[in-house]
Amino acid sequence: MKKLKKMGVAIALSTLMAPALADQMTVVSFGGAYGAAQQKHMLDPFMKETGHKILFENYSGGIAEIKAQVESGNILWDVVDVEVIDLERACSEGLLEVFPQDTLPAGDNGTAAKDDFGAEALANECGVGNIIWTILFSYNNETIQGGKPSRVADFFDTKTFPGKRALRKRPQVNMEWALIADGVPVDQVYDKLATEEGQKRAFAKLDTIKKDLVWFDSWSQAPQLLNDGGAVMVQSANGRIFDAIQKDNKPFEMVWDAHVYDLDVWAIVKGSKKKALAEEFIRFATSSKPEAGMQDVAYGPTRQSSYAYVDKNVIPKLPSAHLDKGLKASGEFWADYGESLGEKFNEWLLQ
Amino acid sequence: MSQIELTADQMVNTAGAGQVAPAQSSDQTILTAAEAAQARKNERRRKTVACLFVTPLLLFVLIAFIAPIGTMLYRSVYHPTVSQLIPDTLQSLSGWDDSTGIRPEDAVLNIFSLELQRLAKERKAGKLAEEINRARPGSSSLIKSTARKLKKIDRNELATGGADQLLALKPQWQEVELWRVIKRSGAPFTDKFYLTALDLSRDKAGDIVPRDTRIYLQLYWKSLKIALLITVLTAIIGFPLSYYLANAPAKTANTLMVFVLLPFWTSLLVRTTSWIALLQTNGVVNSFLQWTHIITEPIEMLYTQFSTVIAMTHILLPFMILPLYSVMKGIDPSYFRAALSLGAKPIPAFIRIYMPMTLPGISAGALLVFIISIGYYITPALVGGTDGQMISNIIAFHMQSSNNWELAAALGSLLLGLIMLLYWVYDRTVGVSNIKLG
Repeated sequence: MKKLKKMGVAIALSTLMAPALADQMTVVSFGGAYGAAQQKHMLDPFMKETGHKILFENYSGGIAEIKAQVESGNILWDVVDVEVIDLERACSEGLLEVFPQDTLPAGDNGTAAKDDFGAEALANECGVGNIIWTILFSYNNETIQGGKPSRVADFFDTKTFPGKRALRKRPQVNMEWALIADGVPVDQVYDKLATEEGQKRAFAKLDTIKKDLVWFDSWSQAPQLLNDGGAVMVQSANGRIFDAIQKDNKPFEMVWDAHVYDLDVWAIVKGSKKKALAEEFIRFATSSKPEAGMQDVAYGPTRQSSYAYVDKNVIPKLPSAHLDKGLKASGEFWADYGESLGEKFNEWLLQ
Repeated sequence: MSQIELTADQMVNTAGAGQVAPAQSSDQTILTAAEAAQARKNERRRKTVACLFVTPLLLFVLIAFIAPIGTMLYRSVYHPTVSQLIPDTLQSLSGWDDSTGIRPEDAVLNIFSLELQRLAKERKAGKLAEEINRARPGSSSLIKSTARKLKKIDRNELATGGADQLLALKPQWQEVELWRVIKRSGAPFTDKFYLTALDLSRDKAGDIVPRDTRIYLQLYWKSLKIALLITVLTAIIGFPLSYYLANAPAKTANTLMVFVLLPFWTSLLVRTTSWIALLQTNGVVNSFLQWTHIITEPIEMLYTQFSTVIAMTHILLPFMILPLYSVMKGIDPSYFRAALSLGAKPIPAFIRIYMPMTLPGISAGALLVFIISIGYYITPALVGGTDGQMISNIIAFHMQSSNNWELAAALGSLLLGLIMLLYWVYDRTVGVSNIKLG
């Protein structure tokens, strides 16, 4: 009888303790090869080390889903991988929790977190930079005619380099490139774009190649278009092209001139019931070694100490090696003009 | 039992006519009071049972359909965000005349600076920034950066010198236009989303004028044209096929029917992506045409209006064939034979005798295809490229990217209104009672 009682207590205790020991939360990111790399280097090691369980889901960016969850009070996601451009908006609208950045661990080489991370990675109080990625253009060595494009202006030069070009169907990056190709210095692009004349100038430049343009909606289409001959030059996230070169030996070439780079950030949805666990995960995922794992898809780490773990041959292929040629995407500018330029862009497409 | 019910009906009838001829009704009443009560009780029970049967459906429609759509439609006119965020500023702004060209006085700015500071501390300044930015692009960074800096300033200082602080931080706070926008955004009930959806806006004096950016009317018009084109195409393809199916031997008809229904059982995404494989630059169609030397350069078919129309026609074809087939199946072939035996030539007989009898099927099919295609989203999004986009794609843009749910709601309800208007026109010209689904 006594034994039975003991057993009963043990069972009761274990059922009570179980959720406390192994907790569960939902992490959301962009899927694809990128998601697979995060699974391998961030989620799996975290689950193995702590015993907690993570449900890994995909989304396609934007803040609509986060907004819907917070406004309805039905929080399904805990940690989300957001682009900086969305982070600004989501954070200032109170859709994200403030992350205690002073709790971030020091780098593996002992550098304190605030010196180890790049300033941009900790610029927003709601998140911690996870990777640096970039948008550049790429061409197919087998289909390109007229030489080797090396500048954004070449993308707009249909005389020297005939053939279709593919751009993502949105104003972001396209407007910046149009001005740069038209001769505006990289550091003045956003100031010019904020003016009526600047916007007109950008659309006028886009007009010159409008009949040679193919539009796509998702980054996965970019290497596909380059491969099947739909376009001879495509705008793409660098990881997609890197993947095609590395894994499928495609004859693609990346052009780093005026690439528009940005960060992806881990953030916690406001009202998450697993806030403590979510913070623990972010501290783990942004530590030196897991971040270095993102080299698999050619996205650069946001902290210096991670480079110790990055393959020496891969470093020149990471966006972080080309920041001097690049332009940092302005979250502030697109928060101001994203919607109005989005409408104007759609109007321009219809003309 | 049935007798009692019958008399109960009579009773109801006579009661209704009672006012006209009271004498008659008293003559015909053959029920005692108890019987009448019993009859009424039965009637009530029958009604209750009927109600119980439809309750699940009613509840479902209410919860899953009317409530969400209703709140969405309400969102397009009722938009209290700004009035909830800065109530005191709006109160003090109500006395300010925005046509004078002079910015509101310092007292108003003081109140605003206090409210903006509170919003910054509650992390709601972004909401205000987004709202104001919608009417005046560029305001978002102005409001957010001002809010960030105001956080550090003492409250008492703002209460008296908030205006100076604002102007010192950003000279734009001097602009009359900005304050006009803030004042107008404060109205909880607004028609501005409907105006935007119709490519209109209000000028400084408050009059309705055409908007600088014009896209929505064009898109509505284009969606209508594409939907009409698809309806005509499905009718042209569907009619002969249904005619053949309806008149073929049962075995052949059943086999062919499987091919019609097969697309129904396949995922929409699979069907759409298979069109991508067919139509792309080096896809099946282009390779075949080049192989047969009909063309030398690949034709650009994918990501155009052409691919949207082709893919949607294929996807919506069963909606045309099924009602047509079931109507044709029910047409007695002897009418057509009678016309022939009375001397009509086959083609006029077909057009004048057979075709009119298929009208209910064509009506039903056309209405189904048209209404489904005008709000179609996924196929144009995947294969439409630039010129194959429809109004639903811009609604999705405002839901997902620009976060302007109010404008999306206005665009959506205009689309709903448009469809209802067309349905009404259809009812007046063709008649809804003609529709037959089987």
